[in-house]
Amino acid sequence: MSTSMQHIENHITTGIPLSQNPKLAARNVDVFYGDKQAIFDVSLDIGANEVIALIGPSGCGKSTFLRTLNRMNDTIDICKIKGEILLDDENIYGADVDTVPLRARVGMVFQKPNPFPKSIYDNVAYGPRIHGLAQSRVELDETVEKSLQRAGLWNEVKDRLHAPGTGLSGGQQQRLCIARTIAVDPEVILMDEPCSALDPIATAKIEELIDELREKYTIAIVTHSMQQAARVSQRTAYFHLGQLIEVNPTKQVFTTPQHELTEAYITGRFG
Amino acid sequence: MDMNFNQHISQQFNADLQDIRNQMLAMGGLVQRQVADSIEAICTGNTSSADKIIQREDDVDAMEINIDRECTHILVRRQPAASDLRMVLAVSRVVRDLERMGDEAAKIAIHALEVANGNQAGSKMCNQSIRHMGNAVIEMISEALDAFARHDIEGAINVVRSDKMVDEQYASAIRELSTYMMEDPRSIGQAINILWILRAIERIGDHARNICEQVIYLVSGADVRHSSLSEMEEQAQIDPQANT
Repeated sequence: MSTSMQHIENHITTGIPLSQNPKLAARNVDVFYGDKQAIFDVSLDIGANEVIALIGPSGCGKSTFLRTLNRMNDTIDICKIKGEILLDDENIYGADVDTVPLRARVGMVFQKPNPFPKSIYDNVAYGPRIHGLAQSRVELDETVEKSLQRAGLWNEVKDRLHAPGTGLSGGQQQRLCIARTIAVDPEVILMDEPCSALDPIATAKIEELIDELREKYTIAIVTHSMQQAARVSQRTAYFHLGQLIEVNPTKQVFTTPQHELTEAYITGRFG
Repeated sequence: MDMNFNQHISQQFNADLQDIRNQMLAMGGLVQRQVADSIEAICTGNTSSADKIIQREDDVDAMEINIDRECTHILVRRQPAASDLRMVLAVSRVVRDLERMGDEAAKIAIHALEVANGNQAGSKMCNQSIRHMGNAVIEMISEALDAFARHDIEGAINVVRSDKMVDEQYASAIRELSTYMMEDPRSIGQAINILWILRAIERIGDHARNICEQVIYLVSGADVRHSSLSEMEEQAQIDPQANT
């Protein structure tokens, strides 16, 4: 089997890119960094309360695509986006959309844990404070406790809430960042390689958490670990050179992928 | 840039997968020889050959354990996916069927010894049927292994068709055997040996069919175990690469 590593002309995504109950819907999305096109005509639904894994070799556009979903790319001047991203049928790139509440609705967890140089409590309380989500100190305390509990961190930090967040271990810091994300009651959580800086035990805790969070949130996760994609997601999307090659149920992708590029990537024939 | 997707980035992974496949085919070759020798032993009454078959059964068992251990190591070390995963699972399942074929060949050899050492009445009963069915299953083993090596679904389905014919020959041989027993009750002791032999040959055919089910799984991803021939033909059309 030999195939070209060039773009596939007139490519139509293999599999099932659309969902019956989409929370987020990307339609014909192109992304450009200056003259260079990074994403080519991607249409993909992320269904409510599903975990979708975005996989592909380095530079395939999966993180770029993830960052379009809450307009994180707006911070890059040369980045231009065509197409639509619909959150509950509303285009998030509409002229009147304010990105601050948008990013509360569509939260993000990054590769490297990035707690603020503040106490554990203040890290989690930061979002609710700036978005005015808590009316009183008691309410704020409740939000902090609930978020830390949902992130599976409460029992480990309840006796030192005012210690600096940066003093926690890497895995705890990442769960603190997840607590900070869910403190503002988002609808979607985007995760960009959330476990790549963590050891296997911390990774297992985050994966367990992702499974629990799915009951309440919709999650899109970019990962380089195919085993992680296989463990945590219900659907898997494979990106290649900025094109969305295949989207299918995760079980199918890892046993009988439909597209030969997906097969070649997940079996370690390139990447 | 063109890339060759036949090769993994890890050369050792290529070598490991190649190794279990080759070892499985070598085991298949040994089992085929065991079956052929056992048929020869019963048809010619050559007891020295029967003894050797029984001794070589240990080699077949050792190969099964060894190949299965290699499959386990690949699962642990590589966490294979897609066609690689199917290859490891298929090899692991096929060696189990091969080992059982080896058991059946040893059973035939044991009964061949009993037939040779027993009274002459009925010792040549169903000799033609045994020869016929025996040749058919030897051919089936060969074709099943070829189909595995070549990823040949059509070849695999041909073996399944042959298995149906062997089943029919078995039913016919049993009817023939009953007539012998009714005609001469003194032959019942030998007839029971022959019955076990016919049954063992028929089972070998079933195991060859099982191997072919794994060929279809390996190539297309369709799980056709416990399917009828027509269902298998239909499911085998599912080719995951077809629309790419």
